[in-house]
Formats: sequence, structure tokens, C-alpha cells
Amino acid sequence: MKLVLTEEQQFLKDTAQQFARDKTPVEHFRKLRDANDQQKWSQDIWMEMVELGWSSILIPEEYGGSEFGVSGLCVVLQELGKTLTPSPLFATGVLGVSTINALGSDQQKKDLFSGILDGSITTALAIDEKPHHNPTAITTSAKKDGDKYLINGKKIFVIDGASASHIIVIARTSGNEDDIEGLTAFVIPSNAPGLKISSLSLADSRNYAAVEFDNLEVSIDSLLGEEGAASGALESILDHGRIAIAAEMLGMTEEAFEITNNYLKERKQFGVLIGSFQALQHRAAKMFCEIELSKSTILAAMFAADSNSNDLGRLASLAKFQVGETLHEVSNESVQMHGGIGVTDEYDIGLYLKRARVAEQIFGSADFHQNRYADISGF
Amino acid sequence: MSQLESFRQEVKEWLEENCPPSMKTPMPEDEVVWGGRNAVYKNPESKLWLDRMGEKGWTGPDVPKEYGGGGLDREQIKILNQELFAIGARPALNSFGIWMLIPVLLEYGSEEQKHNFIPKILKGEIRWCQGYSEPGSGSDLASLATKAEDCGDHYLVNGQKVWTSYADQADWIFALVRTGPKEPKHDGISFLLIDMADSGVSTKPITLISGKSPFCETFFDNVKVPKENIVGEENKGWTIAKALLQHERNFISSFGLGGSADVPGSSGMGGIVKIAKNYIGEKEGKISDGYFRGKVAAHKMKEQAFGLTLQRAGDEGGKASATSSIFKYYGTEHNKNRFELIVAALGIQGLGWEGEGFTESELSKTRAWLRTKANSIEGGTSEIQLNVIAKRVLGLPV
Repeated sequence: MKLVLTEEQQFLKDTAQQFARDKTPVEHFRKLRDANDQQKWSQDIWMEMVELGWSSILIPEEYGGSEFGVSGLCVVLQELGKTLTPSPLFATGVLGVSTINALGSDQQKKDLFSGILDGSITTALAIDEKPHHNPTAITTSAKKDGDKYLINGKKIFVIDGASASHIIVIARTSGNEDDIEGLTAFVIPSNAPGLKISSLSLADSRNYAAVEFDNLEVSIDSLLGEEGAASGALESILDHGRIAIAAEMLGMTEEAFEITNNYLKERKQFGVLIGSFQALQHRAAKMFCEIELSKSTILAAMFAADSNSNDLGRLASLAKFQVGETLHEVSNESVQMHGGIGVTDEYDIGLYLKRARVAEQIFGSADFHQNRYADISGF
Repeated sequence: MSQLESFRQEVKEWLEENCPPSMKTPMPEDEVVWGGRNAVYKNPESKLWLDRMGEKGWTGPDVPKEYGGGGLDREQIKILNQELFAIGARPALNSFGIWMLIPVLLEYGSEEQKHNFIPKILKGEIRWCQGYSEPGSGSDLASLATKAEDCGDHYLVNGQKVWTSYADQADWIFALVRTGPKEPKHDGISFLLIDMADSGVSTKPITLISGKSPFCETFFDNVKVPKENIVGEENKGWTIAKALLQHERNFISSFGLGGSADVPGSSGMGGIVKIAKNYIGEKEGKISDGYFRGKVAAHKMKEQAFGLTLQRAGDEGGKASATSSIFKYYGTEHNKNRFELIVAALGIQGLGWEGEGFTESELSKTRAWLRTKANSIEGGTSEIQLNVIAKRVLGLPV
């Protein structure tokens, strides 16, 4: 498979780039943050994205989507990442759609996808329970009681959890913590009585929540797929998420680097442009090499996702690792190379740093993926 | 059957008939073929394999047929390489002539030079060395001082080159010489082809930290070189010199991918993972030292990312120039890192110099580790590559 975008993907990317430039420059995010907006993303902007068909890129054609695949979403998220655009696209368009598609019944797909297609439904995937991502460390339990389930437990770091109309929760219906088997998905309206959702405020000023289940009663209809079926589907759902968030992170990396490289060509000290200093040039050149490698890993991973490659896990981990490490370095160096102005709130570069660190944690840090890659490869 | 499929079939059949049995086995170091008039073939099948591949033009699959090459396109070359890899075929010929000189002869050489030299290079009849660096001109290559005076029908060459790989075994040298002593430094350089058998040419090997002597000093003392041996115009050699450096960097970068355990010709110890499991320990199928395992994993991940990037550059149509600096920098630094890991994994067995107590494979790793230290120096240091990236790609000010 050639590591270049198709015409269709290039067109989507160009559209997203124009959109981000015109509608959601960094100023858009900054205004939402400064206004202390509780939703942390703009409904109007989201509806425009929905109209462009972005919420339904992963939805199969038979349910009205475009089926442009993980690759389609990645190129869009990469461009939105450049301007730190907040939106439900990741949590709904990637995580929600992938989960429903993998596990849902025909009726659930019809109902939920139609809402995602018109923008009335947004979703949040509640999985992590600990400070570090670990998809098997799940203790939140769901016990069958007649035609109902009783759910108990607590999820943290639920992306878009404070705004989603539906929470998709991964709960344990059998087995013990760290078992891969015994995991089941439920889709629950976020206004279900007794569901306790508390906003979490993180450094990147995006929408997160903790979700608590205290003997929450849900009907058997909220089961997404068979009992225990989430165990088999979870890795590829998460891999879609890992690749997509890595694509967004790549966009952030490219832009933070671009802003910094431009600054090196403007800022004068000692009577010369600071970009003429070899100490800075070589660091910039090394970062550039890592960014080039990052681009290649994203292309390989997203094409693997769309071709159902049996190497998906390894390539997803490679992409999240490579982009994660590179963004980490670039976000730190960007601040340092800006000097004093880099640590002011007024200047944008610090916003990239804060978003970078949170995104690095989403569905596994670089360390997590290094370890996973080693496991899959048999090192 | 598509054209490519029938080409694959053709290749398979040809290899079946023409690749001698021992050429499908791992290659001991003393059976590597470099060709040339002084070549000694320890294994006669090496010579047979070279002759057959050379006759077919497949030692230079991309070179046009009129100059004795294979005349194959990108896709066909890919297939040829896949089929060679599939049977574990040894490279028929290692050649600076093929890797570096032929591409610039095709671009800048006269028709006569192309016909005179290229077919012989492809058949392994002429072995070349590279006369670039001088004692006073390393990274600042354009300051070179070896001079070539215009004496009517010939140039009179005087001076010294250094780091000329295998000059003591080469038949010819492609050398940068100063023909315009008064011109600005980049505008007084010419690209000259010199027969090493000419009177006044002498060489002296340089022993490296690895104990081996792949490099030489080469001296020119009143060497007469016919004028038709200049490539391109007089004083326009710097452009050719830079073009050749790109080709050199491209092939040095490929060292960054040599980590696979099943590369034909590898020593049989396996790659870093296998070595680590054997020498450090294995527990439940994993390298037992978790910290070292992490380092190996990071290294292998970088290697895959680098390989994907080489592939992407090819898929994008191989925009050369600055990308060759990226690959040269990254590939050589990565290769150095690989050998640091290998030697660390081998422990004291990875530091044996000679004699008893060590296997041949172990001893070869010590030497190979030391050899990699030159990778990020030869063909332009890592620092020079970073300068090129900073200035030519990132547009940072001088």
C-alpha cells in the first residue's frame, strides 16, 4: 500500500484546513476558554461540521454515512489539531461510531447513527478508571437482575463526558480486574436518573467528566452487543481512537513547530536573528526529522485500520508512540525557544503544551505503547 | 496475466536457472564481491553469479539498456528485489561505481564516457574509489587544494586525498580537483576520472579504531590525466560533487535498516532481540531485563518509522536533495545506536578483539560497532546534515 493520500483524502484535508483557518483559528478555542464555557465546544461549529458530513465519516453507507474511513477522519482531525479546535468529533465521530458499529444491533445503529448524522446525538466512551490507561483494569460492574442490569463503579477521564447525550460505558459482567474477557458495553442516555456526571477540569480546558454509577438500573435494551462482546471488539475500537488522536496530535506538532520556526526567523538578539544560532538550528532540524517519521507512522496506521490489517495493533501503537514522543519534545522545545513570551498566557504556544500533555495520555502514553509494541512483537 | 506478473515469472525462472546454489547462502565477509582487475574470487560461484547478473544488466537494474543496464522501471525493480530476497540471494556486486558514479555519469557525463565506463562498471570490471576529502578539507570540502593544471591536452594533477575507501584495491578514482585557483572556492573545482595505474598515483592504508583499513591516503605526484576524463565542464564540478554526495548519502542511509535478523548475508546471530534474549536472558518469552527491553523496543519502533519514511519518500516520487540529508542523518545515527545496543547486550562477549574465548560472530560485532562510528562522519557529518536541513528545508538564516 502506498503511503500517500488518495485524491478524496486530500480533498477532505484541504476542506478541513480551510475550515480551521476560517472558522476555528486558535482564537476560537481561547474565547471558549476565557468565557468559561461549560460545554467547552461550540454547538454552531459542531453543526457546521455535521453538515460537512464529518460526524458520519465512519458510519457505513447503508446507515447514511460516507464510509471515508479512519483515514478520512484522521486527515480532518490533523487539520483541526493545528488550531486546537475543540469539538465532539473525536468522542462521537470516532469512538462512538466505532463502538456502535462494532457492537450495536441493526436497530441501535439505525437509531443512534441517525442522531449522529443530524447532530442531535453526541457520545462519550467511559472506560478508564485509573490515572493510567489500562483497558483491562476494569472493576465497574454490571450485574444482571431479571430484564435489568445494575451498574456500580466509577469512570474518570471520560472525554466529552460532561456534554454527551449518551454515555457508552465499558463494564465488567464477569471475571476479575485485568481479565480481558467479561467486558460488556452499555449505551445510556446521560440524563438517566441516578447517573452522576461531574465535570473534570484539566489543563487543556477541554470537556472531561467523571461518571459514577451507584446501583444504576438500566434496561436490557441498553446492552450494546452481547454480554461479554466488548472484550473482543475493544482493542480495535481503541486502536481507531489511538490513531485518530495521534493524527490530531500530529497536527498540533506540525503547527507548534511551524509557529516556532517562524519565530526563529523574526526574533533578534545580539543584533541577529536567533534562527542563525546553530544551537537552535540543530534542535529544530532534529525535530523536523522526527515529525517526518511521525507523518509516515500515521499514514501506515490509518491505512492499516481501513484495510483491516492484522498488524493494526502494532501500527497503532507505533503511531501513538512516535507522535506522542515527538509532540512531547516539540511542545517543550517550542516554549523554550520562544523564551519569556513562551510562558505567557497571552501567547498561543503554551496552549499547545497543555493540550499536548493531556492528549499524550489519551488511550495510552508513549510508554504504554512501547510496551504494547514489544509484547505484540515478542521482544 | 498482467505484465508485472509475467515479469515476476520471468525473474523467478531466470533466477532458478542462473543463481548458483552457494549464492543463496549467507555471505561470509571474505566472499563479498567488489570486482575490478585485482579481484580474487575465493568462491568461484561468486564470479559466475557476477558474470550472469552483469550480462543480464541486473547489477544496475535501473540503468538504461544501451549502457548495459537492466532498463527496468520502479515496479519491476521492486519485483526483482523481492525475488532476490525471497531466495536469499547474495548481492552479486558491491560497487561505488554503481552506487555513486553511474548516476552522475548518466546526468553529466559525455556520451563517450557513458559508453566507455558504465558497461564495464556494471560487469564489475572496474572498481572505483572516491577522491573527495583532503587532510585540510573535511566538512569544508569545497576548500580542497589538490590542483590540476591545464597542460594543453592533459591536466597535471598534484595533491593528496584522504578517506579514499579501498583506494589500494581500486582501478580508477573519481576525484575533485582545483582547476581554477583564482576563482571563488566553489567555482574552481572540476570532477576528474583518474586511472589508479597511472604513474605518480600511490596509496597508503589508514588503520581505523576497528583495526581494519577500509580507507587510504591517496597521493598524486605529477599525474598526467587526459582532458577527455573531465566530467562536465571545467570549474563546474561542485554541482556534480553535490549530486554524487546525495547518492552516497542515500546508500549510507540504508544502513539504518540493517537490523532485520533475516537479511541475506547477516552473521547468523540474529538481530538485537535474539541477541538480547540469548545473552541477557529470556523470561516468559521476553527479554528478561525490562529496562533493556524498553530500549530495544524504542529502537525497533524508530527503525520501523524510519523504514516507513523511506517508503513514503519513494511513494511520493523521491524528491531528492534535502531529504537525502534527513535520511543520512537519521539512518547513520540509528545504525550507531543499533550497534551500541548489540554490544551492550553481548556484554563482555561483545568487546572481544581477537583469539580464543569468543566466537567469530562475537568478534565481528566488536569490529562492526567501531566501524559504525564513521557512518555519521563519512559522506558529510551528522552536523553538516543538520545544517543542510536547517537552512535548505527549514529556511533558517545563515
